[in-house]
Amino acid sequence: MVERVRRSLLRLGRNFIDGIWRMGVMARFFGLVVAASGTSAHRFRLVMREVYFTGVLSLIIIIVSGLFVGMVLGLQGYQTLQRYGATESIGVLVSLSLVRELGPVVAALLFASRAGSAITAEIGLMKTTEQLTAMDMMAVSPMARVIAPRFWAGVISMPILALLFSSMGIFGGYIIGVVVIGVDNGAFWSQMQAAVDFRYDVLNGLVKAFVFGIAVSVIATFEGFDAPPTAEGVSRATTRTVVTSALVILILDLVLTAFMLRDDG
Amino acid sequence: MPETLVDVDSVTFSYGRRPVLKGITMRVPRGKVVAIMGGSGCGKTTLLRLISGQLRPTGGAVKIAGESVHGLDREGLYRMRRRMSMLFQYGALFTDLTVFENVAFPLREHTGLPEGMIRDLVLMKLEAVGMRGARRLLPAELSGGMARRVALARAVVLDPMLVLYDEPFAGLDPIALAVIGQLVRRLNDALGATSIVVSHDVNECLEIVDYLYFVSEGRIAGEGTPEEVRASTDPFVRQFVHGETDGPVPFHYSARPYAADVGLAVRGANG
Repeated sequence: MVERVRRSLLRLGRNFIDGIWRMGVMARFFGLVVAASGTSAHRFRLVMREVYFTGVLSLIIIIVSGLFVGMVLGLQGYQTLQRYGATESIGVLVSLSLVRELGPVVAALLFASRAGSAITAEIGLMKTTEQLTAMDMMAVSPMARVIAPRFWAGVISMPILALLFSSMGIFGGYIIGVVVIGVDNGAFWSQMQAAVDFRYDVLNGLVKAFVFGIAVSVIATFEGFDAPPTAEGVSRATTRTVVTSALVILILDLVLTAFMLRDDG
Repeated sequence: MPETLVDVDSVTFSYGRRPVLKGITMRVPRGKVVAIMGGSGCGKTTLLRLISGQLRPTGGAVKIAGESVHGLDREGLYRMRRRMSMLFQYGALFTDLTVFENVAFPLREHTGLPEGMIRDLVLMKLEAVGMRGARRLLPAELSGGMARRVALARAVVLDPMLVLYDEPFAGLDPIALAVIGQLVRRLNDALGATSIVVSHDVNECLEIVDYLYFVSEGRIAGEGTPEEVRASTDPFVRQFVHGETDGPVPFHYSARPYAADVGLAVRGANG
């Protein structure tokens, strides 16, 4: 019994230390990626290519999800607001929820599972098939040629995707609130306009999306680069990208929100 | 005796606590094709990775053209690698680029040549390996032998002074194997390069190389020109060249006695 407790404590401790160790390695990796990011025109083309693969190809899922999340918000919001006779505020409710929270967070979660997992799998497979070693042997740094463009593509795409997600969500709220339920069109938009602050709501939402973009991109590229060069290793790394990204996004969201809250009084 | 290009001096290497190489000394003269032979897992690929600077030896030194590989910083290593190249076992072609772009890759990364000249150089190298007609294909559309020929074209596109081959003959049909063998020899002589071929295909190597080293259990177990190797009476070299199942290299993975494993010895000990 004592032995079993001792052993599980030992395992817990080891996992904890491994986790801390991994965070350190990832931080170092982040530094190396930034250091390897050349700004030449050649590299810029590579970044744009990756923006297409990570950003543009994520558009469908982002747009459709945004629309549906907005519509659900409209329905739920209407039901609650109706009790207080404030159904015109539905635009405010939908837009603030989206711009401040749901836009960046849900878009980042979707981005991690759609693009992050793909980046990890791609880099992991390149490693497994010795493409990264081959590049290194040709005196071309895989950090600069493969990792950095994917990283920056994620950082660029993420805020744009979050913005699109929020816009589509607001459109979804409009469809439910104004078109289906019949809330006054003018009240819907004007209340929204009055309540949403560019600096505190829109910009802060974008800052969140930007930070999530960095986090997801670092995790996705790191897991791929670090994956053991086997089929099992790549599949595990892909799973870890999605799980770690989701946790990190939610934790970062709490931290960022706490910093961004302003004193209204 | 021509000047030595690659000088491996009593190199040792371990993965963790497991020693892989226990003091390897070999010299590769400029312009020659030299084979490093040995059974699977004897450390010959590790040796190749040490020569190319991918791994760092635990002892000893590797010098290429008089310059110590492991004394270089990253920039120095990259400068050296621009003059050498490596052919990987499965080609390691970039799967997202066409055959043409794969061969053009080193040129685009390391030279500022105009597009027309890149095109000419790439087609020239593809012609040399007989793959000019496949330039628009993706690596996934090539057979194993064709992929390796494209990889060979890519490896020599910058006219390297040293080419390292990691198991270039593994998993090829007899025709593809002979083609790659001839290409290794012809390209070496045409480019005035030096080649190191890591392989366990003894017959093909005896045909094309100038000198052979045999590695076994982390040590050089034999060496010589193809004629010397064919006539060798050394037990290991004989076993390897003639493919005998038992000899200095045992048939069995090291284990405790069979009787002990099936429980006979235990009963004997008790009774």
